[in-house]
Amino acid sequence: MFIRHEAIEKNAILMLVLTLITVSIGGIVQIIPLFTIESTIERVDGVRPYTPLELMGRNIYVREGCYLCHSQQIRPFKDEVERYGHYSLAAESMYDKPFQWGSKRTGPDLARVGGRYSNDWHVQHLTSPRAVVPESVMPAYPFLAERKLEARDIARHLKSLRSVGVPYTDEMIDNAAADLDAQVNPDADPTALLKRYPRAVVGKFNSQAEGVTEMDALVAYLQMLGTLVRISDIPPERLRQ
Amino acid sequence: MPTKIEKDSISGRDTTGHEWDGVKELNTPLPTWWVYTFYATILFAIAYCVLYPAIPSLSGHTTGLLGYTNRAALTQSLAEQNRERAKFVDRIRASSFDQIRKDPELFNFAVSGGRSAFQTTCMQCHGAGGAGSTGFPNLADDDWLWGGKIDQIHQTIQYGIRNSNDKSRNTLMPRFGADGLLTSQQVGQVTDYVLSLSGKAKATPEGAKIFQEQCVACHQADGKGNQEMGAPNLTDGLWLYGGSRDAVYRTIFYARNGSMPAWGERLDDATIKMLALYVHTLGGGK
Repeated sequence: MFIRHEAIEKNAILMLVLTLITVSIGGIVQIIPLFTIESTIERVDGVRPYTPLELMGRNIYVREGCYLCHSQQIRPFKDEVERYGHYSLAAESMYDKPFQWGSKRTGPDLARVGGRYSNDWHVQHLTSPRAVVPESVMPAYPFLAERKLEARDIARHLKSLRSVGVPYTDEMIDNAAADLDAQVNPDADPTALLKRYPRAVVGKFNSQAEGVTEMDALVAYLQMLGTLVRISDIPPERLRQ
Repeated sequence: MPTKIEKDSISGRDTTGHEWDGVKELNTPLPTWWVYTFYATILFAIAYCVLYPAIPSLSGHTTGLLGYTNRAALTQSLAEQNRERAKFVDRIRASSFDQIRKDPELFNFAVSGGRSAFQTTCMQCHGAGGAGSTGFPNLADDDWLWGGKIDQIHQTIQYGIRNSNDKSRNTLMPRFGADGLLTSQQVGQVTDYVLSLSGKAKATPEGAKIFQEQCVACHQADGKGNQEMGAPNLTDGLWLYGGSRDAVYRTIFYARNGSMPAWGERLDDATIKMLALYVHTLGGGK
């Protein structure tokens, strides 16, 4: 070869320079795709930041480690598309910090689970999975229905997400607590919420308990997964890579 | 550093000529098959990078000579599959339920297709065999909430029950206890009356009176229910939310109002039709 191995091993500066070159190739391979993100994320309508309640539900999803068994990424394969629905778009998780794509599927993919089941089903299934799906191996989460949702810092939470690029407006941050209540309290007026967060699902998600529980938040999150983008409205050429 | 290559007397191999404090290193080259496999993987990688999308650039990536993408391949394979199925699916779409049932070949295809769609979309609530569970109706018996004729089943699947679809089946049982329409005592009395309809409790005149005032509009005077309203038959001893006194009491106190998604928003017409035919064959179809 051009440079004898022995020469490299005996010259610290040369060794250092060549090591740096090698490592930076590895770095570039990982970093360059991030520069192309503008062309990687499909331009589609409908994706919005999470409502405060959905966001709290998402936190519970992360806290309970749901991602360890459930992916949120329908790959463009026939079997997956037939079972779960249209393959996931990069745009659909552009406000996910961090994303929940997952890499393990002990349970089914959840990228488009929103609207597939009733709220009651989710509550029953989370409380006691085998009551509705006898062959399920999912753990039970009955305590979610008993724990009051702790959301005092919701506005600050939105703010910190804004600092990493999620487009929460000042209005959204100022009204975070009110929006959270409006989504789940049957007596509240959800008009302003729906204006800020179009297509949010409103309702008492856990009809079996009074007050806002962690169950309400988690079901609110599950019921919106994959529902923001109307895939049928997207011209096919826009999905071409 | 001494660089004298010697022959090792035990292994019969050469040494590398390196020596550290008297310890010499044997020159043991990689096995030939390994080296050639390694070269082959390098060649494979180069060929792959030329043929397939591989190398990112600042504004995109190389597309490769074959122009392959996952998404295009998927579109193509779905189109092929639809072409193969079209022979039957087009006929299902164009035919009435009666016509499909009269054509054994088409009927078989529809029921199998319905079964397969049922396993992906319906079994989570209604059970693998359609037997349901508490809160999720059994589709294999002949007790129907919204009607067991095939057109009624079709409508239920297409538009669902109590959801945001404009055409969904939509009625609401009042929360008699929780909203203060009846006192706890009155709910208890009417609970006993409801249970008496299937011979499980003794009715009181008070319970009968409340039933006549509050319940007959939907459940009918004889308690046999009304499928137009999704009001269940209370006399047959079949209970969606449990038939214990406590469960029936809770049903009247808090109301239930189960819901089902409008599958017409997610599945195509032919699949909905196949599902209706399959559910109708589960045992209880009228």
